[in-house]
Amino acid sequence: MKLDCKHVWEHISEYIDNTVDAKLREEIELHLEHCELCSAILDSTRNILVLTADDRTFELPVGYSERLHERLAKELESSGKDSEEE
Amino acid sequence: MRTTDKNEAALIARILAGEKELFHELIRPYERMVYLTLLSIVKNETDAEDGAQEAIINAYRHLVSFRGDAKFSTWLTTIAINEGRKRLRKAKGAAEDSLEEKTEAHEGDYTPAPLTDWREIPLEALERKELREALRVAVAELPDIYRQVFTLRDMEELNIDETAQALGINTGTVKVRLHRARMMLQKRLVPYLKTTVPARRGFFGRAQ
Repeated sequence: MKLDCKHVWEHISEYIDNTVDAKLREEIELHLEHCELCSAILDSTRNILVLTADDRTFELPVGYSERLHERLAKELESSGKDSEEE
Repeated sequence: MRTTDKNEAALIARILAGEKELFHELIRPYERMVYLTLLSIVKNETDAEDGAQEAIINAYRHLVSFRGDAKFSTWLTTIAINEGRKRLRKAKGAAEDSLEEKTEAHEGDYTPAPLTDWREIPLEALERKELREALRVAVAELPDIYRQVFTLRDMEELNIDETAQALGINTGTVKVRLHRARMMLQKRLVPYLKTTVPARRGFFGRAQ
C-alpha cells in the first residue's frame, strides 16, 4: 500500500519517537525517499524538538538556583528543630 | 536499576537517616525540570519560581513516602504538577475549569505546514535568537493540555509512560496531545524557519 502525505503527517510524531510498528515505519520511509515535502516537515519538526531540548531556549530566571537552595537551607535547618510539629 | 536510580536510592536513604544536607545534592539535577513543569502550568515566571521552591520543599517533607517504585524524577514531577494545579485553582477561584476536564473534544487543524525551500536552511538558522524567542512564545501560547505534555516529554525529556504517569492520563492521550502540540509548533515556526538566512558567520553563525 502506498501512503499519501496526509497519512504520513498523522504519524510523524510517533515516527520521531520510534513508536510506529516496523511495517508502517518502512512505508513511511519509502514515502520520505521521494517526497521532499514530507521530508521537510519531518526535518523541521525534529529541529524544533532539538531546539526545545536545548537549555538555552528555555532559560531559568537569573539567581533561581541560589534562591532555591537558600530557602531549602532554612527549611532543612528548621526541620530538625520542629519536625514533630509538621 | 540504573546507576542514577541506585545513587539516588542511596542518597535518599542517607537523608532519611539524618544526613538531611544531602537533599541539596539530590535535588540539584532536577531544579530545572521542576521550574519548567511549574511554568508550563502557571505560565508566569514569578509564580513558577515560588511554586518550584514550594514543590521542592514539599518533596523534602514527604521524602519518607517516596517508595522507589516510580523513578524519583517522576515522583518529583507529580509533586510539581500538583503544586502548579493548586496555584492555578487558587488563581482562578473554585473549580471553574480544571485542567483534567478539558478534553480533546475541540477539533482543530493539526496538520503541519509545508516548507518549500527547506534545503536552504542550515544549522545556523537554529542558532538564531529570534527562532528561540518564537519557540518560547509559541509554546507559551499552546492550549494548556498540549503545553503540559510537550513540556514533560520534549523539554524535560520524560518518556511517554513517565509523562502519562506524572499527568495522570493514559499513554494514548499523551501521544495524541504530543502529536498535536508538535504539529501546532511546527506550523507556527515555519515562517521563522523560512526566513532567509544572513550571510555565513562561521559554522554556527553566532551573531556576536
